[in-house]
Amino acid sequence: MTADHEAHNPALLHHFADAQQQKNAASLGMWLFLVTEIMFFGGMFCAYLIYRLAYFNAFAAGSQQLNIWMGGINTAVLIVSSVTVVLAVKAAEAGKRKLLTGYLVVTVLLGMTFLVIKGFEYAEKFEKHHVPGSTFNFTEKFDDNGKQIDVNPKEAELFFSLYFVMTGMHALHMVIGCGLFSTLAVLAWKGHFTANYFTPIENGGLYWHLVDIIWIYLFPLLYLISRHT
Amino acid sequence: MAIKAATPVIPANQVPKLNYLTNGYTLKSWLLTTDHKRIAILYLISVSAFFFLGGFFAMLIRLELLTPEGDLMQADTYNKVFTMHGIVMVFFFLIPVVPAILGNFVLPLMVGAKDLAFPRINLLSWYLYIAAGVLFLHCMLSGGVDTGWTFYTPYSTAASNTNVIEAGLAIFIAGFSSIFTGLNFIVTVHRMRAPGLTWSRLPLFIWSTYATSLVMILGTPVIAITMVLVVAERLLHLGIFDPNLGGDPVLFQHLFWFYSHPAVYIMILPSMGVISEIVPCFARKRVFGYKFVALSSVAIAVFGFLVWAHHLFVAGISLYAALIFSFLSFVVAVPSAIKVFNWTATLYKGSITYATPMLYAFGFIGLFTIGGLTGIMLATIGVDVHVTDTYFVIAHFHYVMVGGVLMGYLGGLHFWWPKITGRMYPEGWAKLSALFVFVGFNLTFFPQFILGYLGMPRRYWQYPPEFQVLNVLSTAGASILAVGYLLPMIYLLWSLRYGPLAGDNPWGAAGLEWKTASPPPTFNFDETPVVTWEAYNYDEIPEPKELEAPVAR
Repeated sequence: MTADHEAHNPALLHHFADAQQQKNAASLGMWLFLVTEIMFFGGMFCAYLIYRLAYFNAFAAGSQQLNIWMGGINTAVLIVSSVTVVLAVKAAEAGKRKLLTGYLVVTVLLGMTFLVIKGFEYAEKFEKHHVPGSTFNFTEKFDDNGKQIDVNPKEAELFFSLYFVMTGMHALHMVIGCGLFSTLAVLAWKGHFTANYFTPIENGGLYWHLVDIIWIYLFPLLYLISRHT
Repeated sequence: MAIKAATPVIPANQVPKLNYLTNGYTLKSWLLTTDHKRIAILYLISVSAFFFLGGFFAMLIRLELLTPEGDLMQADTYNKVFTMHGIVMVFFFLIPVVPAILGNFVLPLMVGAKDLAFPRINLLSWYLYIAAGVLFLHCMLSGGVDTGWTFYTPYSTAASNTNVIEAGLAIFIAGFSSIFTGLNFIVTVHRMRAPGLTWSRLPLFIWSTYATSLVMILGTPVIAITMVLVVAERLLHLGIFDPNLGGDPVLFQHLFWFYSHPAVYIMILPSMGVISEIVPCFARKRVFGYKFVALSSVAIAVFGFLVWAHHLFVAGISLYAALIFSFLSFVVAVPSAIKVFNWTATLYKGSITYATPMLYAFGFIGLFTIGGLTGIMLATIGVDVHVTDTYFVIAHFHYVMVGGVLMGYLGGLHFWWPKITGRMYPEGWAKLSALFVFVGFNLTFFPQFILGYLGMPRRYWQYPPEFQVLNVLSTAGASILAVGYLLPMIYLLWSLRYGPLAGDNPWGAAGLEWKTASPPPTFNFDETPVVTWEAYNYDEIPEPKELEAPVAR
């Protein structure tokens, strides 16, 4: 804790020997946290796969009722937001404050776009009575290459239960991500980050990418794989 | 004037050094501390409170079972009492006890670091624990839960009108406390080790805490999402575990035990680490087969994830799945047995001192062996079908959880007490209470093996009169056990003021934590230590004077 050390890097915490050690620790910590997130979603993916195998027709019928356009646009929105995150990290590396803030703000806006579209999608589910509960009503059939197959509405309800829990948990993570990136944007604007110290941007970016990747798995599992018409 | 002149002037070299306890006395300096040692003390106080709460419920259970009739309480009350005993003891005591108290205190010291990698996240862990605890206390005071600590559906969904949601959320939050602790430990072990402290020189407590942390971060998120699904099922009437809606209650059991079986290793592994510290110290020998003991911790963590369905042998899983899980459960016994063999081999030709920590270590080895071997019996499908949901299971896991974890914890608490407080505990009282714990424990739980084998089911408030003798023995044992737990509480508090000063290394123990002052300064070491020796180099360390056998000179 020498004086010039302090002056050099105000972000260095007292219990680390040097900035590199601190950065490595933060990065490893973030990766471990991502592992816990994968395990967290893993439980739901496991439940989804088991029930999809057990009630294939109902799950396919439910899947065919999802709005593939909104889901597709949202996928595109998230992929673009991941690009802006990468650009933000690059800008931070180069120490470009305004550019960094700009990319962070765009990322937040894209995240919010995703949430708004998701909101419309949920609204559509309410209108079609596809929300599990007492008002649930599912009369649609499974269109198996033109052949119409009746399905048990209870089993379809299970599909929508999982749909809402999985996309709901994902949306919650998006909300947290938007809050996180808004905070980072404010800090970036205030000049908190330098070319020597931008670990929070990097780690925030890792979180954002993970939430994206989870969606990249959710989208085909929920929307696409039963659509072989 | 005269008074002023009489003030003693302390020479500079005699001014007591500032340590972590004397570095600030305000409440704020404790509640907003990021010092791992102070956080360990915060955990010590709060976890002990939960231990005595859980113990209170245990006493209610034993009192009810003193007589065959349901006379102390009604069936519904009894359901709530054993549920809350289980939840408090598992989620608020056994999971955090060794990692969050002893691990928090000694892990950074053992690796020669100034603190854990993320001190503020460490404090957050404690606050999450407290938040979960307060939520659960509120749940308890507003009527409690009656689902059993396992929250099996449909007990916890369609069949219960108690406050399951609150209890589920409490466990969800407590889970994040444990995730953050595990994350902190792993990063600290990877990134904060002192120069020269290679992986093969790490104390075995670090290895076992590291393995524990792996289980914590991989398993806990699964119980978190399982609790979310149960809460969603109750709140929003989703049917994920409800057969009426196409759901499958067995899926709940799979998800629950995917965490909760590895959670057993979250509890026992750190205690095994404590024993690996105590045994070499009081046998004055390097631990036998260091690498095997170290890697067996990791092996237990890995195999521990592959055995969960042995809780489901009677739940309707396929025969082939049962066979595989039975086999894997046998496999996980191998690394556990390696540890027991190696501790025993360490004792061979050792110069053994029967100090209190060593007594607890002996207790651990014996009781854990019984608990482990009965676990093998339960992993055998034929026996398991016979004794599922009987007191045999209860006795088995209490031998591991209480006989194992708690013995390890008490051993470790006594072992590191001089380091934590700078004072020695009274040895005579401590030995007496260790004896009470050992005798009381066996008297409480050994009869339960017999009861279970004779067919007494768990979770009933009444039983046929022929089981009474064994139940009375068990309750009598529980009261002795209670004395054994209350005594340390009293004499350890007493020792804070009246205990003799311990000095830096009263046991003559190896390990970096003994190379700093007792109690340690806030940043642990005045200068970063450089390690040039192997772990447990007891052949190079002189025995402490007090522990030498009296010889004529």
